[in-house]
Amino acid sequence: MLEIKAVKKTFFPGTVNEKAALCGVDLTLEDGDFVTVIGGNGAGKSTLLNVVSGTLTADSGSVVLDGVDITRMPEYKRAKYLGRVFQDPMMGTAPSMLIEENLALAARRGKHRGLRWGISGGERERYREMLRQLDLGLEDRMTARVGLLSGGQRQALTLLMASLQQPKLLLLDEHTAALDPRTAEKVLALSDKIVAEHNLTTMMVTHNMKDAIAHGNRLIMMNAGRIVLDIRGEEKSKLTVPQLLEMFNRVSGSDDVTDKMLLA
Amino acid sequence: MNFFVSLLNALPGAAAQGMVWGIMAIGVYITFRVLDVADLTVDGSIATGGAVCVMLIRAGWNPWLAMVCAFAAGVLAGLVTGLLHGHCGIPAILAGILTQLALYSVNLRILGGKANQALSVDKYPLVVSQRFVRAGNLTNPLPLLVLVCAVVILALYWFFGTEKGCAIRATGANAKMARSQGINTRRYTILGLMLSNGLVALAGAFLSQYQGSADVGMGRGAIVIGLASVIIGEVLLGKLFRNFALRLATVIIGAIIYYIVLQIVLQLGLNTNDLKLISAAIVAVFLAIPYWKSHAGIKKEKGGVKHA
Repeated sequence: MLEIKAVKKTFFPGTVNEKAALCGVDLTLEDGDFVTVIGGNGAGKSTLLNVVSGTLTADSGSVVLDGVDITRMPEYKRAKYLGRVFQDPMMGTAPSMLIEENLALAARRGKHRGLRWGISGGERERYREMLRQLDLGLEDRMTARVGLLSGGQRQALTLLMASLQQPKLLLLDEHTAALDPRTAEKVLALSDKIVAEHNLTTMMVTHNMKDAIAHGNRLIMMNAGRIVLDIRGEEKSKLTVPQLLEMFNRVSGSDDVTDKMLLA
Repeated sequence: MNFFVSLLNALPGAAAQGMVWGIMAIGVYITFRVLDVADLTVDGSIATGGAVCVMLIRAGWNPWLAMVCAFAAGVLAGLVTGLLHGHCGIPAILAGILTQLALYSVNLRILGGKANQALSVDKYPLVVSQRFVRAGNLTNPLPLLVLVCAVVILALYWFFGTEKGCAIRATGANAKMARSQGINTRRYTILGLMLSNGLVALAGAFLSQYQGSADVGMGRGAIVIGLASVIIGEVLLGKLFRNFALRLATVIIGAIIYYIVLQIVLQLGLNTNDLKLISAAIVAVFLAIPYWKSHAGIKKEKGGVKHA
């Protein structure tokens, strides 16, 4: 499914600010894997996701998705295979466009955009039904501008948009970090539901160890640009936060656990 | 009393000029508001449109065909800016300035090496002319200009409703989101710049016929007039008109108001040499108002907290 091989990425090479963000990452995801990615600040979680999504290009190594080498493919082209939700709720939608227009944009991901009308009547009905299932009342506000929605509503909408065109891989980049705990809970539950419904292969970066344990079938921990832990199946389902913390301290060789990781 | 009579006399001219410049201002709206790019190519491309139109009509071409060519010339100018910006990594504002500067030489060449070429309505079958702006018959340019504005607005309303148009709007609204939805933002930015400058050049073609000449300097300050029209329209009617077609109409209304205000200022006895200074001042004030408003809001909120 997804094969990441020996991927390296260094920021500002050759300067005093040189920072090796990824130092040779290998990771293979099977079809239907739901992997949660944890690690401290600067561990390389987001960089890894960005190298997969195309926001960043790897310095070396390869990223192969379902047999297609996407290592150097432009971001907009590989978008065809990917569904993405960002940390910042502002990032995933076009605020000045209508809810239905945002959905219609997402429904055409990876397809030719021609001179046909940007949204059809039949589509509207489909979207209304999908929005109704979100249970946020958005089905009655389809012609409202997305800029008027709350952060949680936007993340829910972005999740829906990410799954409209069945993606080969869903990338969730700390997509609940900017939400209040209750909303975060709801958005996570919705993520689980959408992943299960479409049987999506998923990578979810999170700062929250509890969430990382509670969701998905596999957990990887990153530290200093490397994957230092890879726990799956039975072992993962039995995992507890104290155990995970203890593992983290052992692998990283320090007690450098940020408050954010504990609390968030 | 005399003041109002002469003002009333000046109104048809202001309306006609406002509509011609309004078409240009719609071009500015596409870059400035839809794409969120400040494109300074327009000062050059409006003169390019005028020059192409005048020279082709002088060569015996049908005026409508000449205007189609003027539109195409503007599209090319937009393409150059787009390539400089999208494929050479030059900031949009600088890319526009480079194209604008280069167009000065290009426009001189189009005009046969002269800074000015006349186009008399007596000799050529022009589509619009200033001379008949108060005429009571079909030679009057006003009805035709209203029709042209309506066609431009409807065409753009349609285009920005299509899949391609939506992609341009998404690119301007949130480029990161657009890319994540598979939209080649670079390509659609270039497409928007081409469309915008095509419209600007078309306005130049109307303008050159309306005033009976094309001048290599006719575009100086065009971007300011365009921005003024966009902003005046937004400030006065922005709350009322949400629909895209109506928003484009407010741009044209903004341009007409701009020219009426200009007439009033002139009637009050101001020197025409000071026009650019006044225009710049008007635009600066209207650009500053939203900023001041938001700051006033913050101050009030802070004050409120103190009292609470």
